[in-house]
Parts: sequence; C-alpha cells; structure tokens
Amino acid sequence: MMKKKLQSGGLKAWLYLLPAILFLGVFLVYPLIDVFIYSFEEGYNSASQTYFGVGLYNYSYVLHDPYFLQAVKNTFILVIITVPLSTGIALLISVGLNSIKPLRNLFQTVYFLPYVTNTLAVGLVFMILFKKTAYSDGLINLLINWFGGKSVDFIDGPYWAKMFVLCFYTIWVVMPFKILILTSALSSVDQMYYNAAKVDGTSRFRTFVRITLPMISPMIFYLVITGFIGAFKAYSDVVALFGTNLNAAEMNTIVGYVYDMLYGDSGGYPSYASAAAILLFAIVLTITCINLLVRGKRRITL
Amino acid sequence: MEVVLQNLTKKFPSRDRKNRGDVVAVNDFTFEIPDGKLIGLLGPSGCGKSTTLNLISGLIKPTSGRIFFGADDVTDLPPENRGIGLVFQNYALYPHLSVRQNILFPLENLKGKDKLSKDEMRRKAMEAAKLVQIEELMERKPRELSGGQQQRVAIARALVKMPRVLLLDEPLSNLDARLRLQTREEIRRIQKETGITTIFVTHDQEEAMSISDRIVVMRDGIVQQIGRPQEVYDDPVNLFVARFLGTPPINVFEGQIKNGRLYIGEDCVLEVRGAADQSVYAAVRPEGFILSEDGPLCCRLGGVEVMGRDISVVSANKASLNPTVRSIISTESTVEDKEHVRFALKPRKVFLFNKEAEERIYCEVK
Repeated sequence: MMKKKLQSGGLKAWLYLLPAILFLGVFLVYPLIDVFIYSFEEGYNSASQTYFGVGLYNYSYVLHDPYFLQAVKNTFILVIITVPLSTGIALLISVGLNSIKPLRNLFQTVYFLPYVTNTLAVGLVFMILFKKTAYSDGLINLLINWFGGKSVDFIDGPYWAKMFVLCFYTIWVVMPFKILILTSALSSVDQMYYNAAKVDGTSRFRTFVRITLPMISPMIFYLVITGFIGAFKAYSDVVALFGTNLNAAEMNTIVGYVYDMLYGDSGGYPSYASAAAILLFAIVLTITCINLLVRGKRRITL
Repeated sequence: MEVVLQNLTKKFPSRDRKNRGDVVAVNDFTFEIPDGKLIGLLGPSGCGKSTTLNLISGLIKPTSGRIFFGADDVTDLPPENRGIGLVFQNYALYPHLSVRQNILFPLENLKGKDKLSKDEMRRKAMEAAKLVQIEELMERKPRELSGGQQQRVAIARALVKMPRVLLLDEPLSNLDARLRLQTREEIRRIQKETGITTIFVTHDQEEAMSISDRIVVMRDGIVQQIGRPQEVYDDPVNLFVARFLGTPPINVFEGQIKNGRLYIGEDCVLEVRGAADQSVYAAVRPEGFILSEDGPLCCRLGGVEVMGRDISVVSANKASLNPTVRSIISTESTVEDKEHVRFALKPRKVFLFNKEAEERIYCEVK
C-alpha cells in the first residue's frame, strides 16, 4: 500500500517535471550535445549534412586563429576588469543607499534606471559621450580638452581607448542589478547585529568588514559568479558600440567570434564555430568551478 | 555600580496619521537601583520595559530625564562609552564567528591605552567562558549550539569587558521550560559571583519573581510598583499589579463593603475595618481559599485538577470577573463530588480595590 503510494507519487513528480525537462532537453541539452559532436566533425556542411572526417582539426584551427586569440584576450580583459570593479562599486553605492534615509527611494530608482532603459537609448547616450562626429568629439573629449588634454577617438581609435569604453559601458549596464541585489542583502542583515556591535564599541569600518561583509557574502559570491558568466558571454554590447565588423576593430569577443564563424562575412563554418563555443563552455565551466571551490573553502553559512 | 534613573521619559512620534500625538513609551521613570542587585523589569508587552532597557544601554536617547551610573551622568554618552554589557533577546551572536571569536570581539575593539595583548585577550575570554561554563565549546559556531548554550555565549560576550552594568533583554524567552528554570538559576549565580548590577526585562512574572532582588512592574510606560518580589506579591498597590503577579492568576470578584462587612455576591465573607461603604473589586489569591463545610463563599464546583503537590479546585461564581475561580488547596483536604463547594478566605490573601481607579483600598480585613 505504502509502496504503491510512493510509486504513484514518483510518477506524479515526473509528470510535473516533464514540461521543463522536455524544453530544457530540446533547446538546451540536445543542442549542447550536437555542438559537441559538430566540433569534432571536420568541414561539416549544414546544407548537405556532410563532413570529411572526425578529429581535433577544428580545435587546432580555432586555437591558431589570431582573430580567436584576440577575442579570448578581449574577453578576459573585459571579465577581469569589469567583474571586480562593478561588484565593488555596486557594493559602495548599496552601502551608501542603505545608510541614507531621505530620498532613498528616489536614488534607488535612479540607480535602477539603466536596467530598464532600452539598449538603443543607452547606445545613443554613449554616442553622445564618446563618438566623434563632424560637429563634436563627444562629451568626454570635451572634458579632456577642458583639462588641456588631446582628443581621443574612443570608437575607432587606439585599442585601450576602445577597451575603456567597452568596460565603462559593461560596468554601467550590469550595475543596477547588482545594486538591487546588494541593497536587499544589506537590508536583510538584522539590526540587532549592528546594535550588538555598537554596544561593543565597534568602529564603523570594523563593523562593515567583520559583520556586514560576511553576512552578505553569499550574495556577493552569487554576483561574482553570475558576473563572470555574463561577462564571458558579452557580445551584443560590443556590437552596439563598435558595429558588426568586430574583427577589424580588434574588439571581438568569443561569442562574437562564434557568431562571425556562423553568419558573419567570413562565416559559413559551423565546425569552427562549434569548436570555439565548446572552448568557451570549458572556460566558463572552469572559472565557475574555481569560484565555487574558493567559496566552499571559506564557506560562510548563515 | 548603582544606576539612577531620574524622570526618564521617552516619546516616539506616532505613525498613525489620524492621531498625531506622540506615543509615550516610558513616562517619568524615577528609580534608584542599588549596587550589585538583580532587578527585573516586568510588564505585559508594549509596557515600555524594553524601551527602558534600551535607554539605559544608550541604544536610544531619552526625550527627557537623566541616567546616572554611580556619580557619572551617562545620559549623553554613546553605548560603547557607558561600560555596559547587553544580552539581546535573540542573542545576536555573530553567526560566522566561532564562540571564541564572538567572545573576543568586544575586546578586539579596545583602542589606545585600553588595548590588550593577544594573551590577555585570550585569558579574559577564557575567564568569561569559564564563568558561564562553555570552555569546551570555544571552537564551535553559534548554529552548532543549543539555545541555552547560545544564551551562555551571549552572556560571556557581554561580561568579557567586565561591564559596570549588565542588561538582559528577555533572556529566557527563547528557551524551553526546563532550560528556562536552569538558566535563570544560572543567571542568578553569575550575577552573584560577579556582583555586577544587573537589569533584566521579562514579561514572565514567575521568572522575575524567582530571581530578582527587586521587581519593577510597568504598564503603558508608567511604573506601577517597585519592591522586593514577595512584598509586591503580598501588597499590590492596584488591581493591575495584583492580576499581573502570580500563577494561577488572582481571582477577582465584584464586591460590596456594607456596614463594615465585605460581600461577594450575596455571601458575607469577611469583616472590613477602616473603609467606607462602597462597591469594590475583591481579589483573592488562589492560595487564599480554605475548603470549609460552613465557609461563607459558595461556588459551583467545576472540577478538580490534581497537580501532585497540591490540588487546584476550579469553580464558578456569579460575582467573579474571571470565567472560573481557581483555588489551590493542599492535598490533605479532599473535595467531595458535590454540586457546590464552600470556602473560607484567608484575610491576608484578600485585597480590595476601588472601582474607579482600581487602586488599593488600604483597610483592615478580618
């Protein structure tokens, strides 16, 4: 009797899970496996569904392709600069937001606006800030001129200027979400811990480092991990800033490389694209595992 | 260290949009707490007892009035400069730190000339841990401890700096009944051993009565009565205090003083001297009843609860304000299974209160 009940319960559970499993399987797991297979099939042609042979040639080609190496370099620079910076700045702003009383809602709304703003509108704003036109060099250049510097072409100019714009843009775009998460994490820390610290005569800095930070560390870790993954997958922002010919602009990312290999001007190579995609997958997986390990080592549970 | 509260008042601005008047949490509290005593602040929730504690701790500032620790006026000092130890209701142990780190935390905050060496800190932390008997738990995290152990850690953390005054906010409310009994004795012992003036807040009158040197009964921000527990119990100044102290609670009857006699309903129960004729509330402690065949007070018998040490007779009386009249009788007497039960009353356990202000009528009851 009991066993039967359990079994039917199991069946029911599977039934409930079925829609999600079905969709995840068809649109996520199957393509992943497929891409994995493509990446080993040399010269695969999606129209005729034929290929020449099986092997590691695709990986070797991709890893020797200077465009791919450039994309990997760009992606890593982007990740290493934007993830810590955006998380740190978001933390500072959240702490600030959390400790002011008047106008807090207004400020919270202001900081959240980028999250709900249309990408095109954001692109326009960045154009005004950075783009050189026939009429002006952009607002930032105006500022640089003000202080006696020379105009820099941020969009078509030197590599580091472009990288600066990209990082600036990325940090600005991911900030609202991080602020949202961190302000809610901060306000969920029980006031009694702060009272206890106050009675013990703890300085504000020490309170922050020894109490606040450990208490919200799970959320910070969450933001770092999702931040890493998000930054590794950067593509659309780069296109919005530098147009579609990213290889020429030296601004391509790994996802951009995959896209170009599939549909770009130099496209039509699904095998190379698959190999690059699998490499990206491996990189993200490794970094995430390292993150989880680090987190596990100095695990701070509440 | 004696603690003196002088006309202490705390008003909170009202959140109610219709009624803009301030909420008075503590109203004109004046009290001198003698050195080295254990004081229980007692009252129903919302009576201002926790606010009073927070005022003494310095976590909130009084609207008016002064607070002195000995000769020092500490009213304007921040909490960390007052030399207090505070144990929170939920202990507020830092969950990511071990017991040792929790106890060390206040010591590590010391700066300048008060700064201690690592060894001294460790020694002091160990001393505090020994005092509350948690030496073998030092490396554990708070979540690996039982409620009672967490409580001890919290007390050790509050004591490690040897505060002038120890404050405990509802120290026993998160513990189960057995642990509560044990912990309150523990608090008493620690207080005795250290000799630190200790103030604790509770809504549990039994808890307050059992360990306090003095109790302060509060209601709506106003102090009702201050005194030794037994004195307050035996001599309540008003009906509220009489009702608040004692389990089972005191039995209150509608009564009448007529020609020097006290009537409960139709029954003339006692003689009263020195009080004018009036309607009164007559309150009788549960232990103030004596089973007696020809006792003057007649009640309808509801049931008998045997509790081992004594029995509790549950009955009903038309004049009673409580739905049942509860009396505690020693097991030596037996209750016959009849419809009615008759009681005589012990005069010392009967208190009379006037109807308007519910204040005590001081008179001789026989």
